[in-house]
Amino acid sequence: MTAGPPAPVADPVTEPTAVAVPAIELRDVTRSFPGPPEVQALKGVSLSVADGEYVSVTGPSGSGKSTMLNVLGLLDRPTVGEYRLGGVLTGALDEDERAALRARHLGFVFQAFHLMSRRSVLENVLLPMLYNGTPRAEREPRAREALERVGLGHRIDFLPGTLSGGERQRVAVARAVASRPRVLLADEPTGNLDQATSAGIMALFEELHTGGLTLVVITHDADVARRASRRIRLTDGRVGEAA
Amino acid sequence: MTGLAAPPSRPRRPSRLRRPARLRRSPRPVPTPGSPPVAPADRFRLTDLLGEATADIGSRPGRLVMTILGTVLGVTALVATIGLAQTAAAQIARQFDADAVTQLVVTPRTASTGGGTTVAATALPWDAVPRLERLAGIESAALLAEVPLPDAVVTTVPVNDPSQPPSAPPPVYAASGELLDTLGGQLSTGRFFDAGHDRRADRVAVLGARVADRLGVVRVDTQPSVFIDGVDYAVVGVLASVDARAELLGAVVLPTGTARADFGLPAPGDAQARIAVGAGPQLRTQAALALAPDDPDSLEVAAPDGRSELGRDVQADVNEVFVVLSVIVLLAGGVGIANVTTLSVVERVGEIGLRRAVGATGRQIAGQFVAESVVVGLLGGLIGAALGVFAVLGVSVVRDWTPVVDPRIALGGALLGAVVGLVAGFLPARRAARIEPVDALRGGT
Repeated sequence: MTAGPPAPVADPVTEPTAVAVPAIELRDVTRSFPGPPEVQALKGVSLSVADGEYVSVTGPSGSGKSTMLNVLGLLDRPTVGEYRLGGVLTGALDEDERAALRARHLGFVFQAFHLMSRRSVLENVLLPMLYNGTPRAEREPRAREALERVGLGHRIDFLPGTLSGGERQRVAVARAVASRPRVLLADEPTGNLDQATSAGIMALFEELHTGGLTLVVITHDADVARRASRRIRLTDGRVGEAA
Repeated sequence: MTGLAAPPSRPRRPSRLRRPARLRRSPRPVPTPGSPPVAPADRFRLTDLLGEATADIGSRPGRLVMTILGTVLGVTALVATIGLAQTAAAQIARQFDADAVTQLVVTPRTASTGGGTTVAATALPWDAVPRLERLAGIESAALLAEVPLPDAVVTTVPVNDPSQPPSAPPPVYAASGELLDTLGGQLSTGRFFDAGHDRRADRVAVLGARVADRLGVVRVDTQPSVFIDGVDYAVVGVLASVDARAELLGAVVLPTGTARADFGLPAPGDAQARIAVGAGPQLRTQAALALAPDDPDSLEVAAPDGRSELGRDVQADVNEVFVVLSVIVLLAGGVGIANVTTLSVVERVGEIGLRRAVGATGRQIAGQFVAESVVVGLLGGLIGAALGVFAVLGVSVVRDWTPVVDPRIALGGALLGAVVGLVAGFLPARRAARIEPVDALRGGT
């Protein structure tokens, strides 16, 4: 139950090769949904994302992007295959352990923002820290710091409904980073935003990347995808590196 | 959206919030080498739970009112019903206490003679008062006897006016000086005679209020007299009320010593005593023994039952119909809370998904919704208990009663609201805990 940034998992005892453990590692992951007809949303996907990488995942509708995000976010389990998050093999974990892992290692940004409309901006940003073991005294300073970082320090007592779309998404980003995750997962973060606002969010992502955060952004927007340092394309449940 | 090979384990029962998962799950796979164990990231303490559960409560006042209305009405009705029963019981008990419960009367048994008349089987001793006062539980005792003067003429003037229509004379009683205190009577003017008058056989009299009215005696400082068969007795006082022996208000009361000297009163008619509450059953036997140790059965002792018996009878007099109705209303209130909590779960699917995504366990989600409905129920219970107490107060004011509400009833009413909330929140909370985050996050908020 340590507070603060997650400890590096590369431990010489458990990792004799002493190679840096990837933040995310999928090995032959297949996720199929029982039918009829049975649908294989992911077909033998293998992917490794190193700490500090900025990865975009693109693909047409139905290519398995959302399924991949759900698997990466420990919201769904692969039908076949292995998923390691920060070196932890997740397949054998029970729901509470997966919840603990999400709380400590993952931050989420959604297309629909998912802000609590009756709670202030600050309370929204505080939410993940209720569940991830952050000591009470550190929660609010961290939330304020995160809001300052996304440029919303002056809006902390507002209700989300009074903010613009771009501001709301920035609140969501602040919420995701305030708990100091190892990986930030973004699902169509600009899907509800206009171009100018999108650019602001993408700039924010770049800034976070520069600060050392690992980002996986799922998008169908080629412009957004281009900003990533590494681009992955999903087609019909199979992965291919885009140029 | 559940997988075939590895379906997500269902959220466990939402009743326990804080127990680490691994204590309960028996066979779990040994962590693979290279896969460090996952420590539970559980800082979601009770204060956090309460904070989250209460944060939304005031945000929709209209809905809150509708949610708690049933609980408020149910608890109000319950507290008011029980409170009014208690108040009424206390009222009855107080009246009992005031006269009957603290009064003990010893009279000689009567026996029938051959001629069809009844005579007393024995006589009370003249020293009955000191004998009774020696007993524990007797607070005050007095003698009382009716002086048999069927044809006496009682007037305030010494001459017999033949032009006056004949009227039935008031009965004449003889009493010891302690009578007023023993019976808890009140004088409207003057004083009662005392042991000195009694011992000296002074010719003094106390008039009952009705006799005084009839004879035109309103004040004693003018030293009025009554004439009983031509003998004058100084009126020293006028009785205003004697609850236990109301017939004295229509009588002339003389000291026993005077009655013995002037009219040859053979024996006291009965002995009156004021006793401590609850002493009745025990004094019933002791009084007879004290006054007639040789033959206690020759005396009849009328004494009240103990307080507990009376209390039990009166306490049981809660209106059962109203209690049943209150409980039904309370159940309806619980259904109301359950409905609104279910609605709230449906409305907040996105929030539930988000909380799960950022690390809340199913039990924490369930706990939050249970806590919310408990808080709502407690709020309803508190308001209901307050309204119930006010209802008892209102009725008491109107009826001129002393309101009596056991604080445990009011407190219990409030807690009952919380229990209703707890039960009502259970199913919606279970539903909330079972929501899959993936499904929940798909929709927008």
